[in-house]
Amino acid sequence: MQISARYLDRTTILDVSGDIDLASSPELRKALLRELREMRIPRLVLNLKAVEYVDSSGVASLVEALKASRDTGSRLILFGLNSAVREVLQLSKLLKIFEIAETEEQAVAP
Amino acid sequence: MSRGSLLLKVELRSNPEALCIVRNALGQLAETLGFSDTDRRSVVLAVDEALTNIIRHAYQGKPEQPIEVSCRRIQAAQDGVLKPALEIVLEDRGAAVDAKKLCGRALDDVRSGGLGLHFMRESMDAVEFRRRWHRNQLRMVKLLRGSEPAEGS
Repeated sequence: MQISARYLDRTTILDVSGDIDLASSPELRKALLRELREMRIPRLVLNLKAVEYVDSSGVASLVEALKASRDTGSRLILFGLNSAVREVLQLSKLLKIFEIAETEEQAVAP
Repeated sequence: MSRGSLLLKVELRSNPEALCIVRNALGQLAETLGFSDTDRRSVVLAVDEALTNIIRHAYQGKPEQPIEVSCRRIQAAQDGVLKPALEIVLEDRGAAVDAKKLCGRALDDVRSGGLGLHFMRESMDAVEFRRRWHRNQLRMVKLLRGSEPAEGS
């Protein structure tokens, strides 16, 4: 898994690629919580277009980030979910709790 | 149910970095057997979650511990009819699994953790645990829906 960050006005976009599993989810969790808790970014956008696989540890990291965003009053927005990622979030019955955009333009729109 | 023919046997260590190798192998096997894309992803997810549970709970994060994964093509009964299926058995020598804790979790609350067993049960047609000869054994079965697998595959 690889993560790179882009910084817009009051928004951070994290571009994630590869597999999110037991080996890589701690790195994702760290990156998400850093933006939300330390940087206090008002809006964090997660680009999952290049994510091919996510497991329960990845979902757990997303849930933890969602909780952190609620604590800090930030928005956490996901976009670019492919079939594999969408199926896992549906299976967890957590799809509805996340703010999901279809495109990056929608995710960063004012 | 017949014992079935062995298709794949993998011996790995309890290192998270090994998970992607098993996922790739299982994905290829499921595709070869004729599983749909969705069912192939389900099989891969279930095995990955099972391995994650072994690493985290049975071995409590300790690396370099042995895990065996065996895959067989079997005939499994559904509604009294035998159907082709993939049987996957995972064995480890870690701490005994507490059957009382294998109830999954309610999904009506938003919290992280505890999803792995739920994913396994939702993804597979059968999930069974047992303790045998100081080993945990997890058996999972996925029925092959639709077309029959090609001979010799």
